[in-house]
Amino acid sequence: MLLILEQLVNGLQLGVMLFLMSAGLTLVFGIMQVINLAHGSFYMVGAYAAATVAQLTGSFLLGLLAALPAAAIVGMLVEAVVLRRLYDRDHLDQVLATFGLILFFNELTRMLWGRQPLFMDVPEWLSGTVEILPGAPYPSYRLAVIGVGILVAVFLYLLFTRTRLGMQIRAGASNREMVAALGVNIRFLYTLVFGLGAMLAGLAGVMAGPILAVEAGMGEEILILTFVVIVIGGVGSIRGALIAALLVGMVDTLGRVFLPGLFRLFLPMAEADGIGASLASMSVYILMAVILVWRPRGLFPEPA
Amino acid sequence: MLIPGNSRKHLLLSLGLVALVILPPVSSAFGESYLISLFSRILIYALVAVSLDLILGYGGMVSLGHAAFFGVGAYVVGILAFHSYEGDPLLTWPFLVEGTESGLMAIPLAMLISAFFALVIGFFSLRTSGMHFIMITLAFAQMIYYFCVSLETYGGDDGLSLYARNQLPGLDLSNDGHFYYLCLGILVLYLFVSNRLVNSRFGRVIQGTRENERRMQALGYATFRYKLICFTIAGAGAGLAGALIANQTEFVSPGLMHWTRSGEILVMVLLGGMGTLFGPVLGAMVLLLLEEILASYTEHWMVLLGPFLVIMVLFAKRGLYGLLAGQRH
Repeated sequence: MLLILEQLVNGLQLGVMLFLMSAGLTLVFGIMQVINLAHGSFYMVGAYAAATVAQLTGSFLLGLLAALPAAAIVGMLVEAVVLRRLYDRDHLDQVLATFGLILFFNELTRMLWGRQPLFMDVPEWLSGTVEILPGAPYPSYRLAVIGVGILVAVFLYLLFTRTRLGMQIRAGASNREMVAALGVNIRFLYTLVFGLGAMLAGLAGVMAGPILAVEAGMGEEILILTFVVIVIGGVGSIRGALIAALLVGMVDTLGRVFLPGLFRLFLPMAEADGIGASLASMSVYILMAVILVWRPRGLFPEPA
Repeated sequence: MLIPGNSRKHLLLSLGLVALVILPPVSSAFGESYLISLFSRILIYALVAVSLDLILGYGGMVSLGHAAFFGVGAYVVGILAFHSYEGDPLLTWPFLVEGTESGLMAIPLAMLISAFFALVIGFFSLRTSGMHFIMITLAFAQMIYYFCVSLETYGGDDGLSLYARNQLPGLDLSNDGHFYYLCLGILVLYLFVSNRLVNSRFGRVIQGTRENERRMQALGYATFRYKLICFTIAGAGAGLAGALIANQTEFVSPGLMHWTRSGEILVMVLLGGMGTLFGPVLGAMVLLLLEEILASYTEHWMVLLGPFLVIMVLFAKRGLYGLLAGQRH
């Protein structure tokens, strides 16, 4: 029972990380109609910036404070220099150009920081555990990650439904020319949205830092899962991204833990572990295939 | 433009073919025989790039998972050779399947199984289009990638070494020269078949679907079926190339189907010129040679290749083949 609870919270935590990644990316996909493979690079930039500053100053918070603007600035630079020229091109060009950007960023981090991964420590004030239920301790850092995710979800909800900026962004998504004709600087708005997405990816990178190793190419591991989330949730929908992220986080985590055990019930141990492990690593993709057969445009399709 | 486009194209192709045919004796004569294995690799990647161009350039389907079929083809050869060496059958139920090192068995089987994977993946992916299609092909390729990583019997993450290349009657594949001519022969054959294919009625329907799918449907074509068949043929081509790369390197690993490999193949097609059959061959050659040259100057060559790609996309839309052969598409 406790194991199940612990794994549920683990799944929730992975879901939150995926949500931070996919919220920004789904906006870029949905609003600008541009496919951006380099989103994982912003995650990596966030993680590297935080790890470096945290090592220099010994403070996780300073690392976080450095990482957010770093990711946002890199994101806005990328938008202004490369992606802006690709909005009217077809998806193939966008894929290739952003693929080039990935190669560039990964190799650049290898040049600057070397091939060895960096390690980040959990900040001292979050290194303890909290009893989520009597007799069930859970690392406070992971709980904090979940808390941050909830805060970001609320923030995005308020930003898009309650502010003028959010209204303009939504309007820009449905009719770019009209909004521009009404005097809104749509180019700047796009850059801003892109920066926001990059910052959220950077935030995810910072929070992943103490859990995973900070290394070149780390962005691509999570990028593919992020794509799965966006496809399941429906391109352009933040609500879809939230629900799909939690779903994918749960399926992935629970699959890895429980599938081998499930197969052991009716297969010999070694075979069960093998099949269970392979199925678990494929589970989210199978989930995606099933959902696509059922709803080809995702769970919460945005009106085209 | 002194020579009209068409004859310029023929001149270019004949020169290219002659150069490729005389490459092994010439490079051996100059003591640069490593060129033979480098160009074998180039020919194999050219094959997979041409197969991608069938769906990408002619069918308008931007697949970011083509390396999966390449990897599946390689794994079929690898796994069959593994069982042949170990002497235990691959399957005992429902029927007996023994391992084999015979190229006449392994290579067609690699094509067949890759085609089957393409059929299944295409069946699901082709329900979508545009951005969704890109992400779904990518996700399916990752699924196969992780599946191969979890194959502990066959080396998992580390991959599987072959003890020898496949055997083909009349050829000694352990000889790099023979192997090179096998690759060249297969590539030429595949180009010939593809050329017939894209100019056939089937090819016209595929190209019409790329331009306007709804109109083709209105004309009574079951476009989904055409696209799926095209996707499957491309998958078979990639599987064939995979079978060759497994033989060339005598090693298979999940790295063959990593999604960056799919990206690389995509780059070859675009670099050479998509929607042409010879463009991807040129693209594969230029990209791999560029990698080789850059890598000899700096270990961090990708930091140069990345911006090069971005600039290519932004400014050179028609690809190298378009520039050289002056062909419009």
